[in-house]
Amino acid sequence: MSGWKQVYDWFERRLQIEGPVKDAVLHKVPRNTASWWYVFGSAAFTLLMLQVVTGILLALVYVPSAAEAWNSLNILNHQVPLGWFLRAVHAWGSNFMVAVVFIHMAQVFLFGAYKFPRELTWTVGVFLLLMTLGMAFTGQVLRFDQDAYWGLGIGVFIMSRVPWVGGGLVHLLLGGPVIAGATLSRFFALHVFVIPGTLLFLAAVHIWMVLKLGVNEWPMPGRLVRKETYVEEYNKLAHEDGIPFVPGAFWKDLVFSGAVLAAVAVCAAVFGPSGPGGQPDPSIIQTVPKPDFPFLWIYAVLSYLPPSMETPFILTAPILMIAGLLAVPFVASEGEKSWHRRPIAVLALSLVAVSWAVFTHLAMSTPWSPHMSAWSGDTLPVKYLQEATPLVRQGAVIFQAKQCRNCHSVDGRGGERGPALDAVATRMTPDQMRYKVVTGGGNMPAYGKNLSPPEIEALVSFLDTLHPANEPPAFDASRHLAETSSAPQPVSAKP
Amino acid sequence: MTMSDASDSPEKQSSGPDIVTASHQASDQESAALVSRRWLLLKAGIALNGLVGIALAVPIVRYLLAPVRKDDSYKSWVSLGDVGNFPVGETRLASYRTPWKETWDGETDNVACYVRREGSSQFTVFAINCAHLGCPVRWFPQSQLFMCPCHGGVYYADGSRASGPPERGLFTYDYKIDNGQLQINAGQMPSLSNTAKLVNIAVPAKQGPGKDGDCGCRG
Repeated sequence: MSGWKQVYDWFERRLQIEGPVKDAVLHKVPRNTASWWYVFGSAAFTLLMLQVVTGILLALVYVPSAAEAWNSLNILNHQVPLGWFLRAVHAWGSNFMVAVVFIHMAQVFLFGAYKFPRELTWTVGVFLLLMTLGMAFTGQVLRFDQDAYWGLGIGVFIMSRVPWVGGGLVHLLLGGPVIAGATLSRFFALHVFVIPGTLLFLAAVHIWMVLKLGVNEWPMPGRLVRKETYVEEYNKLAHEDGIPFVPGAFWKDLVFSGAVLAAVAVCAAVFGPSGPGGQPDPSIIQTVPKPDFPFLWIYAVLSYLPPSMETPFILTAPILMIAGLLAVPFVASEGEKSWHRRPIAVLALSLVAVSWAVFTHLAMSTPWSPHMSAWSGDTLPVKYLQEATPLVRQGAVIFQAKQCRNCHSVDGRGGERGPALDAVATRMTPDQMRYKVVTGGGNMPAYGKNLSPPEIEALVSFLDTLHPANEPPAFDASRHLAETSSAPQPVSAKP
Repeated sequence: MTMSDASDSPEKQSSGPDIVTASHQASDQESAALVSRRWLLLKAGIALNGLVGIALAVPIVRYLLAPVRKDDSYKSWVSLGDVGNFPVGETRLASYRTPWKETWDGETDNVACYVRREGSSQFTVFAINCAHLGCPVRWFPQSQLFMCPCHGGVYYADGSRASGPPERGLFTYDYKIDNGQLQINAGQMPSLSNTAKLVNIAVPAKQGPGKDGDCGCRG
């Protein structure tokens, strides 16, 4: 053993690292911070390390060239032994990292951990979040398939809305006038050098501050943060009721990080790698581009904005969101930390979480995208056409052939951009339907130029049959009255 | 923790602080003039590095900004093939190789567009990109509509906006007919900052060969 000790001493005399490491490992933290709620930051860092390692391993095979990237990914998937697994671990590691970073942020927000003196830790954390999302987006681009191509196109259209310099920004983003080889090269540089370098540096600063300022104490209702007294109170708490960080709190970090890594590996093994999808040939237009999971909510929001709101929203919302996050510790640097006495904070977090979940769910179910093949692929059930007149049958043909079905479902099949038409006759009179078909409005194109009057007549007579058997179609009340009572009676004559 | 030298034997190590102390004493005796001269030299060193930094920054920034150029410098006339390929009154999908290309671009150089032939020499060539977020629109000849698969933007046959989130009609290319070939002025991905300046929305599109082809139509 003395041989090992000599070697250790030889290195220690030169590195002199034992002292700082011992300081970091054995520093006292408040006893109740050794909690399962405090494990997300270390898990995020573990995932970052996993991404670095798997990223380097993938770079051994991946070719960052627009002409070859897609092929090299397919070779990774199908020819390199376990290449598919490495790709899957990297992709799932990314999903988990984004999720864990957001959970970490929510926990820190809920526990008031951003308050004095940890404002800068939060600020750096906001930039770490942005870098993490930057990695997720640039990583999606490196998976150089159809989704990556058209996802970049969406990036171009968002960039191009910036006044004055929009065109220049687009050229900078793409490295040229179109999405091509130069684009992939610069996204490779961003994903592999620029953003990870910044990420590692900021993570080091973040962890340094956690060590220097101590782990945030468990919030207690009524224990207020005051700049004059906080440091003294915290030190008292840490030393009188504290335990060494290792092993007291660190074992939970280790267990959770291990569990997260295991979850990544299981997801990777079960679900496999993501893509690559279709080859990045923009002349193949039979594609329904969709962003990766972390960006789905943006995709949904962009579909609900009215056209006039779009550019102002795109230009201001990201700035306001980031500014809002950065402002949090400076707006509320003192006072109550406990969520029991911060109703607005709890409500704000709930609102953000629920909105995010709803928009992500909407983006996954995509009710606004037309089903491009519904008109030719989804059949009309026989029950709609039994005993139908020739005019109604003609209308059904027009309903299919003019792509109405791409946006309107019947019998649960078809697009969901417009309302389902199973019971449209109970909601609209034939005149109203005629008017709607001809003039469009809202999210419906006007078909006045594209349908002849006989076609419209046939279509409306088909639509007028779409009502439940026990529910009669809608009718124009005044016209009905005029037609049924040949001699109008004075009102006073009624009982 | 204190700084100490990295000698191997503990005996030598203990002599370390003495040397440090001795040098401190020596420096205390140095004249204030000498110290201020050292500070001046340090400032001179910083200034030198600053100057070299600026001198290096100029070419670096110029290199980084190299892709930022006027749209027209990226564009040139490319052929979509014989005019006869496009029947009058119909809209056809066409594709071309973007003129600004490198050998490592692969398939990304293939760009699709729609050619609508209104008369013997009257064309409208639409960019494939939806004016909302650039997704590739699809043409449905039966209903005479372009539909976007992303957010459901719809355009009429003349490219004007029909419904959905787009705030303008489809983008168009300038075109000309040369030796029976339909040529378009291409090379720049259409977006709201170049071909589609927002100020042009309400202005009627100029028709005819070689003119500004931006579609100014709006539904």
